[in-house]
Amino acid sequence: MKSIVCIKRVPDSEARIRVGGDGVGIDPAGVKYVMNPYDEFALEEAIRLKEEAGDGLVTVLSVGPEESKEILRTALAMGADAALLLASPGSADGLVIARALAEEIGDREYDLILFGKQAIDDDNMQVPAMVAELLGLPCASVVVELEIEGRHAVAHREVEGGHEIVEFDLPAVVGAQKGLNEPRYPSLKGIMAAKKKPLDVKEISFTEPKVRIVALQEPPPRAGGEIVGEGPKAVPELVRRLRDRALI
Amino acid sequence: MARVLVYAETRDGELRPVASETVTAGGDLAEQLGGSVDVFLLGPPGMAQRAADLGRYGADRIFVAEDQSFSSYAAEAAVRFCEDLVGREAYDAVVFPASAQGKDLAPRTAARLDRGLATEVVSVGVDDGRPVATRPMFAGKAIATVAFSELPALISVRPNVFRPKERPADGSVEIVEIASEPTAQRVTGIETGDREALDVSEANIVISGGRGMKDPENWSVLEDLVEALGDDATLGASRAVVDAGWRPHSEQVGQTGKVVSPSLYFAVGISGAIQHLAGMRTAKTIVAINRDAEAPIFSVADYGLVGDLFEVVPALAAEIRRVRAGG
Ligand SMILES: Cc1cc2nc3c(=O)[nH]c(=O)nc-3n(C[C@H](O)[C@H](O)[C@H](O)COP(=O)(O)OP(=O)(O)OC[C@H]3O[C@@H](n4cnc5c(N)ncnc54)[C@H](O)[C@@H]3O)c2cc1C
Repeated sequence: MKSIVCIKRVPDSEARIRVGGDGVGIDPAGVKYVMNPYDEFALEEAIRLKEEAGDGLVTVLSVGPEESKEILRTALAMGADAALLLASPGSADGLVIARALAEEIGDREYDLILFGKQAIDDDNMQVPAMVAELLGLPCASVVVELEIEGRHAVAHREVEGGHEIVEFDLPAVVGAQKGLNEPRYPSLKGIMAAKKKPLDVKEISFTEPKVRIVALQEPPPRAGGEIVGEGPKAVPELVRRLRDRALI
Repeated sequence: MARVLVYAETRDGELRPVASETVTAGGDLAEQLGGSVDVFLLGPPGMAQRAADLGRYGADRIFVAEDQSFSSYAAEAAVRFCEDLVGREAYDAVVFPASAQGKDLAPRTAARLDRGLATEVVSVGVDDGRPVATRPMFAGKAIATVAFSELPALISVRPNVFRPKERPADGSVEIVEIASEPTAQRVTGIETGDREALDVSEANIVISGGRGMKDPENWSVLEDLVEALGDDATLGASRAVVDAGWRPHSEQVGQTGKVVSPSLYFAVGISGAIQHLAGMRTAKTIVAINRDAEAPIFSVADYGLVGDLFEVVPALAAEIRRVRAGG
């Protein structure tokens, strides 16, 4: 089983986000960066599939700045076999990233390309399906259950009010959702082993982005904070206010 | 004249509620561009009759592809359909819902058409005669305004944000044949829970429970409140209770769950961690019930009630029933 897992370096979900001086990006000062949480499910799935098959290869790819090497090293420590960072100056939209990945992946041998269903920074949720389209592959996004028998796959994807069951043949693209598995933590042994695994950097150049952020703003603060009262005796007052605003 | 194309979502031969929202968003944009709205949709034979209803929300022309296999989401056929339409007519924008279907379809279409896509859009506008859109990033910790260098601009709109607006238009229906090609993937089933629960991202009222609920058995308290509030209310959850296995992940609200924008959001026994706030801060009205007066949830709540949820929630359900009964 040969899998390619695409991962991204993103601000930690605890991070306070401040708009940077350019007005279109964020101020990175004081922000801690981590592997996108959904990518952990994708990576875990690839490692499990390799372990179950008894042989295979898990390659991790990331498009991003030099610092993304950190998350690639974490991926190697979790159990990936090789890592590649695609580094480029310039800005990108979802399609630019998808093109960069599709170009790199196109020449490789693989059964499965895995992504986290969404990166929690841009919240674009578009790269996995775009890569599938560019490579002419089937794609199941937001997957919570994946069964593979030989070359055939059955995926359960989360839809409103339930799961949709999709069937397709490999090779294919899968976007991992929470619930797919329980990601492992890197073991000490894994961390040591990672030091000997290949982690390469390749300079690439981006195509022209077609979507551009022209302004980035912090959301208006919510004017909250009113305490209606304490205990069940405050309930009638709460209901009266909700009714006044025609909410119930 | 400017034209906007809208994808109307169907399932099992019925328009989904999000369809009228998407047409409304397309109408908002078309109005600002000074143009009209075309709609395309796929469904089983007989779909065309039901599609005509979208004229009420501003659909000028409605293109329908019918095939038995279109009872469920047919990704490849939908992409081809959109590609055909965009090849026939110069559209300024194509608007999708940011629903489970749209989140899959919009990026596939963008890659096929080689155009830019803005997802989870919450408002649309026009700058210099061209579409612009605003969308949350970092789970709503920042709001971006985006512009497109080539048309059509592809946009997917967040459910529950564009409330359906009556905007009567022609709504003429045309059945279109799309060449059937072998598909690389197909939907072979849908599994729903015991009741077809209203999805937390689509409900008008959301009642979320957190660790303060103490035990999964206690959810009967919240279910009773849902029932008192009626058909457009549903349950949500904090991550703590999803991780504990008390509630399904499909109910999780927050940065690594769903982002919701209901009219009314109840946070019950939820502390208000930054990742939870990221998912519900765009609710129109927030009510927090927590016994800790210092809980951060109170700082974003329009109405806070300090107290033991096991006393407050049953009293709340009873009071709502009482006033609804006209008491
Ligand atoms: C990467 C990452 C992603 C995350 N994503 C999400 C996410 O998407 N969604 C999310 O919700 N969280 C998320 N979290 C977790 C988040 O940080 C919090 O841990 C979580 O939201 C806490 O859930 P809670 O409020 O239910 O529990 P707690 O923080 O334990 O709060 C329980 C609350 O219940 C109150 N309470 C207890 N008993 C009663 C009673 N009898 N009556 C009234 N009130 C009572 C307490 O006062 C307390 O305020 C994420 C964390 C990380 C690290």
